Amino acid sequence: MNFPPIHAQSTYSVGNIRALMNEIVACLEKLDRDDEIGMIDLNSLPFSPGEYEALRQTLGQGEVSIRIEAIGPSEIIETHYPGVWWVTHYNVEGDIVADAIEIAWLPQIIRSQPEDVRAGLARLKAQLNDQD
Amino acid sequence: MTAHESLGERLIQQGISRRAFLKFCTAMASMMALPPGSAMAIADALSKTLRPSVIWLSFQECTACTESLTRSYSPTLESLIFEMISLDYHHTLQAAAGFSAEKSREDAMHNAYGKYLLVVDGAIPIKDGGIYSTIAGRTNLDLLQEVAKGAAAIIAVGTCASFGGIPNAKPNPTGAVAVSDIIKDKAIVNISGCPPIPAVITGVLAHYLTFGELPELDDLGRPKSFYGETIHDRCYRRPFYDQGKFAKTFDDEGARNGWCLFELGCKGPTTHNACATTKWNGGTSFPIESGHGCLGCSEPNFWDAGSFYSALSMPAGALKLGTAAAVAGVAVGAAVSVANRAKKQAAQSAHRTATIADLKE
Ligand code: SF4
Repeated sequence: MNFPPIHAQSTYSVGNIRALMNEIVACLEKLDRDDEIGMIDLNSLPFSPGEYEALRQTLGQGEVSIRIEAIGPSEIIETHYPGVWWVTHYNVEGDIVADAIEIAWLPQIIRSQPEDVRAGLARLKAQLNDQD
Repeated sequence: MTAHESLGERLIQQGISRRAFLKFCTAMASMMALPPGSAMAIADALSKTLRPSVIWLSFQECTACTESLTRSYSPTLESLIFEMISLDYHHTLQAAAGFSAEKSREDAMHNAYGKYLLVVDGAIPIKDGGIYSTIAGRTNLDLLQEVAKGAAAIIAVGTCASFGGIPNAKPNPTGAVAVSDIIKDKAIVNISGCPPIPAVITGVLAHYLTFGELPELDDLGRPKSFYGETIHDRCYRRPFYDQGKFAKTFDDEGARNGWCLFELGCKGPTTHNACATTKWNGGTSFPIESGHGCLGCSEPNFWDAGSFYSALSMPAGALKLGTAAAVAGVAVGAAVSVANRAKKQAAQSAHRTATIADLKE
């Protein structure tokens, strides 16, 4: 049988990227105007194979990239568009457990948490007492 | 292990940072289909929650439901999910055996009567008095009726517990039925699927712990946030369906081009589940992405609904689809998160901390 040439379908887009970019624009305007944080949960979008990677390329990588180690790594990068952060949480096996675009001055997870600050302070004091 | 301390206290004891917990709650928010900004509110609510006692009964089943859950995440994240509950009885996972195992069930029932969660996987045979499946000399039917009496709510995990599943398939020699065929006076959530998506099991547990109530259900008792749409609604091959581009065999040009699998028997149009977005194996893919049609495993009677490889008999027109619908489908997908955000603005505001009440709105 003579099949016509097979084209890889991985670059096929079902239109998610354009819709997402429009939403990001709306979120950035809100951040600038009303100081309002926006988030887009990428896990709930029906990406076609290749579309996710295409979104990565479209948003690109900007000036900041941060790595957190908390029950597995988290990667936070500011994209090519300031205020548009890509926040990906992995478990220790390297599977993605949460993946979102956060439109914010600074993603929530980066700040030290008051509970952790208090616990750290107690540890520091105990260490000082031990040395006395 | 005590059921009386809060989850927050337990985490601190184990040296788990608030930031790590927040990360876990972000994953939970995504699972529960809540706005991602609600992680902070979920963390607050969960850290104060007392861990409920959970009794897990396994009846006519293959243990894939438990496999699905326990292999859902790496040991550390998974253990966090188990930190949220006090799992007092589970045949497969518990260390106790024989009389002491049955005693732990009786103790758990006694200590939290009216408050514990009952999780059931597997169907219940009722023919000939239920003798076709027994545990510690008692029929599944008898055990279910006894344990259900003191339960605050029941979670039927898997298609067997939800709808009868494979044990109930023709000719159903044991008279297998679903939990809801027997228990009529309790709130029951059906988490169907063969097996169900692990994130849905944990998402429902997290919802119950966060909000103190079960999530909103569809007419088959399934949580709407996961079963509200069909596989077909969210399938990335949908534009091909609308263009009438169908694979005719598993190795033709259409199959290689990733065309729609409808004519190869895909049951996506009539199957409600979250596989197309949540996906499987840590988000790797789902059956249609691997080139095989949906079997419809989260729907009642899926095993008896004709061949997995013959096209649905429904006329395509009945699906009310067209190219316009496909384009709208994408637009609607994006609009959902916009609508969510408008509705849950409190959760997103930089200046107001969202509360669980805000999220319930
Ligand atoms: S019929 Fe199946 S493969 Fe085709 S678009 Fe619907 S869900 Fe996807």
